[in-house]
Amino acid sequence: METFMHQFFQQLINGISLGSIYALIALGYTMIYGIIKLINFAHGDIYMLGAYFGFFATTQLGLPFIPAIIFSMACAAIAGIIIERIAYRPMRNAPRIAILITAIGVSFFLEYSMILLVSPQPRTFPAVFSATVYNIGPLVANSQQLVILLSSVILMAVLTYIVNKTKAGKAMRAVSFDADAARLMGINIDRVISTTFALGSALAAAGGVLVGVYYNSIDPLMGMMPGLKAFVAAVLGGIGIIPGAMIGGIILGIVEAMVSGFLSSTFRDAAAFGILILILLYKPSGLLGKNIREKV
Amino acid sequence: MNPIRKFDLKALIASVIIFAVVQGLIFAEVIGPFWELNIILICINIILAVSLNLINGYTGQFSIGHAGFMAVGAYTSAIITVKLGLPFELGLIIATICAGFLGFLIGLPTLRLDGDYLAIATLGLGEIIRICILNIDYVGGASGLMGIPRMTTFAYTFWIMIAIIFFIKNFKNSSLGRCCLAIRENEIAADTMGINTTKYKVMAFTLGAAFAGTAGALFSHYFFLAHPASFTFMRSFDILTMVVLGGLGSMTGAITGATLLTFISAYLSDFPEWRMVIYSVTMIVLMLHRPQGLFGNEELSRKMFKFGGKNNGRTAEGR
Repeated sequence: METFMHQFFQQLINGISLGSIYALIALGYTMIYGIIKLINFAHGDIYMLGAYFGFFATTQLGLPFIPAIIFSMACAAIAGIIIERIAYRPMRNAPRIAILITAIGVSFFLEYSMILLVSPQPRTFPAVFSATVYNIGPLVANSQQLVILLSSVILMAVLTYIVNKTKAGKAMRAVSFDADAARLMGINIDRVISTTFALGSALAAAGGVLVGVYYNSIDPLMGMMPGLKAFVAAVLGGIGIIPGAMIGGIILGIVEAMVSGFLSSTFRDAAAFGILILILLYKPSGLLGKNIREKV
Repeated sequence: MNPIRKFDLKALIASVIIFAVVQGLIFAEVIGPFWELNIILICINIILAVSLNLINGYTGQFSIGHAGFMAVGAYTSAIITVKLGLPFELGLIIATICAGFLGFLIGLPTLRLDGDYLAIATLGLGEIIRICILNIDYVGGASGLMGIPRMTTFAYTFWIMIAIIFFIKNFKNSSLGRCCLAIRENEIAADTMGINTTKYKVMAFTLGAAFAGTAGALFSHYFFLAHPASFTFMRSFDILTMVVLGGLGSMTGAITGATLLTFISAYLSDFPEWRMVIYSVTMIVLMLHRPQGLFGNEELSRKMFKFGGKNNGRTAEGR
């Protein structure tokens, strides 16, 4: 029993730090889905790009941790805007499936052009700050986990502020509620969508840098699985709902940590998708979602 | 003779001729092992594309977990030939049945979802199937099931492909198929007209899954092994791209898409690092300029060249 509780709380710590990264990626997913109803499969690859931007900022430019993460977020925001401009904007009125295929195409393009540019070999992310291990009773937490948690909480707070208090955030909420009505009110929809992509991409990039710091290793295909799982997190919390993505991400992280701690780490991906299936079957609108009756 | 029979007869004669020519070239060793492999791969991909088209194109249910059913077929048939020592033909049949049964089990609850949710659910289920296989030691776990005899020949693949195409074509033209088309066009209207939408959706899904199982069985018995890494969601996306490239809801489109993409991959196999980049750019450019795919949901026919005007003529050339 003693060891069980110990194991449980230890996995809880690991799960929360992993989950806050999922939450960061899921926020971008949920905002983009909320605004243009697109599952942006390329979002996981933006997270990968962010990790590489952070890597180059620390190794080539010699930036310390906080400027590096800001640099990486800015670059990723620009990348997000460019991707939206080139690949998604011309498809505004195309069939849904065509946009989805484009997103998959963009995702492959980012992955494989990065393989061309930086080679498929994983790179070691430099240690940007000294890792201290804290012992809380029998439990172990290291400074990276604290930094991850702290950075994600700050970023989520900033995002919540932007979405709820600023004019740009108000426009975003309006467009996701009813794009046509928003356009009639004089909101420049294209600009709002660009802003959304920029914000979402910046958050994903921050997640990428944090993962680089946490696992010390980045590679061009690192975005595939976290990308899909972050989508699961977004659906779990209720897609299009910002607090939902945060909660969904944390829950997913905890469940994964528990499954790999108590069962086997090979099942952790299956656990994530299992959650997805269950939530889709029993509450497709997500934990925080409201049921909307189908209109004819 | 009625026109449909006449058309079938013509198609049958054409496929006999194609078969004779290709088989002849293989015997005469004009087609080397590399292209023989690719021709068989084309046939397998056509089976996959056509069966996915039944779900995505005709019934309008957006499924992207096809690789999972393919994996079930590949592994089931491999267990039958390798572990139980039974004949390959039996393996093919049981693989088809097992994949279909699994499709039925999965389809029944998930097809209540629609659009993007269904897409993600099927994607997730495909991955779950793969991860479960990965954890079963009886079938080799992560290193895959090895030592499968090479039973798949061009003749087998080709005729199974023709049979499946024929089956799906007839299914589409039957009353069952028309129900599926009605569901694609407007599910609520179809429901109101008294069509049991769940029944037909599950039916199409089960059939599609079953044929994916057949393709999986052919696949594993050509490449000597069944490996979990062959059935990731990358393959599901590949199949989806073939269908969308040709045009959702177009049989000839799916066939053309599968052929074209397999050829492109084969040609680019000399430049592996560029292969996926070119592939993805092609995908994006095609979607930007022709989101409905090469043929839209029309079938390739002489009419397309005659009456369609410039626009249709251009598309039919497979730009």
